Amino acid sequence: MPMSMVHLSDDDLALHYYGEMTASEEHRAAGHLVECHECQQNYGRLTRVLAFVDSAPIGEAPDGFERVAWARLEPALPPRRGGWLSWFVLSPARLAWAALVVVLVIGAFMAGRLTPATTPSAGAPAPASAERVRERILLVDLGDHLDRSQMVLVELVSSENTGSVDISSEQARAQQLLASNRLYRQTAATNGDATVAAVLDELERVLVDVAASPSTVSQEDLDTVRRRIESKGLLFRVRVVSSEVRERQKAAIQERTGQRTLDTTKS
Amino acid sequence: MPHTDAAAVALARDGDSEAFRSLVERHSCAVYRLAHRMTGNPHDAEDVVQETFLRAYRQLGRFESRANFGTWLHRIAVNCSIDLIRSRRHQESGADAADLEYFEAAAEDRVDPSPERLMLSTEVQERVGAAMASLSDMERAAFVLRHFEGQSIEEISRALGLKANAAKHSVFRAVRKMRLALEPFVES
Repeated sequence: MPMSMVHLSDDDLALHYYGEMTASEEHRAAGHLVECHECQQNYGRLTRVLAFVDSAPIGEAPDGFERVAWARLEPALPPRRGGWLSWFVLSPARLAWAALVVVLVIGAFMAGRLTPATTPSAGAPAPASAERVRERILLVDLGDHLDRSQMVLVELVSSENTGSVDISSEQARAQQLLASNRLYRQTAATNGDATVAAVLDELERVLVDVAASPSTVSQEDLDTVRRRIESKGLLFRVRVVSSEVRERQKAAIQERTGQRTLDTTKS
Repeated sequence: MPHTDAAAVALARDGDSEAFRSLVERHSCAVYRLAHRMTGNPHDAEDVVQETFLRAYRQLGRFESRANFGTWLHRIAVNCSIDLIRSRRHQESGADAADLEYFEAAAEDRVDPSPERLMLSTEVQERVGAAMASLSDMERAAFVLRHFEGQSIEEISRALGLKANAAKHSVFRAVRKMRLALEPFVES
């Protein structure tokens, strides 16, 4: 069989379609396509399929996405001007995050002070201990975050039915909670904690809605937010997760207390 | 609100957050569409939008004022999408063979409708969307970069951190899956 009569494979046709062949390959493929009816048909099918792919529905952003995107983004934006002091003054969300970092550092320091020094052979390895300290501190902070979120949800659900409602207080707190909620959600997802991640995801959507709303909303708009909270059982789910987090906190404290007692007994 | 992107960028560089807000409001939906196509799901697309604008904000000083802001942002969004895909690369399942088998079985079960009906059919649209969704993360990224973004295999391999041959085969596999899923609908 002459070279030009060796049929083009599907992959060859894809390379030809995208212009990815070398000059010599391209020359051979083009020549073969002129002569070979079978490959012409196969190439025709490929081009029709790819033309259909071009008509693929593009995932459109949901209505009002621009506002939501900004509401999520704003608390996370780094400062462009002014000293570092203004960075803290102007951004409550960052202030909260900085506080968490301070708590972590102090917590790690205190853990180091309170935990008697051990030789590597005498007890658990140091990294595991540091990991437990970090986990305890994060549990405390996540618990506080869920409690504060619950308060916002409760206030939204239970606000009085009047013509228009001032939600500026809830809105400000929702803005503050957004940045940390996002971090907790990502951490939970990374750690494979799907239940917590799902609750935080739903919570984030409500927080975004509230943060992006005007400070005074109509009764109808507020009812929409309420329905969203209630239809997903969000308040209940946040309470459940909060309660679980508190239990894990207690267990961690008991474990630590037990460990300290054990260490004291040993010494 | 500044009327042009260039004016908004100049103000945003000086710390005007309202100017940056106007850029976010103008471009976030376009970034979302690209990110959705690259990552294949709305949740990741939202994360990519956030990361894209954060990076853009940090890099505003490096933006050439004569350049097109949308094009610059588009490149950042592609990189953010790739970073997200690469970060979860290890999670890719070995379901590729199963996907191909699924489409082969579906192709055998097909009913051949008329082309006129198909051209207008939302079923085809859904089918294309489903075929795209069936691609693995790497296949989708490679295919989107090749097919929609017009990048060469070499550029794709660099962007995705793959060897050229692996990038080429990701595109091949994606094209094969698209053909298996869609050929029954486009054959006349």
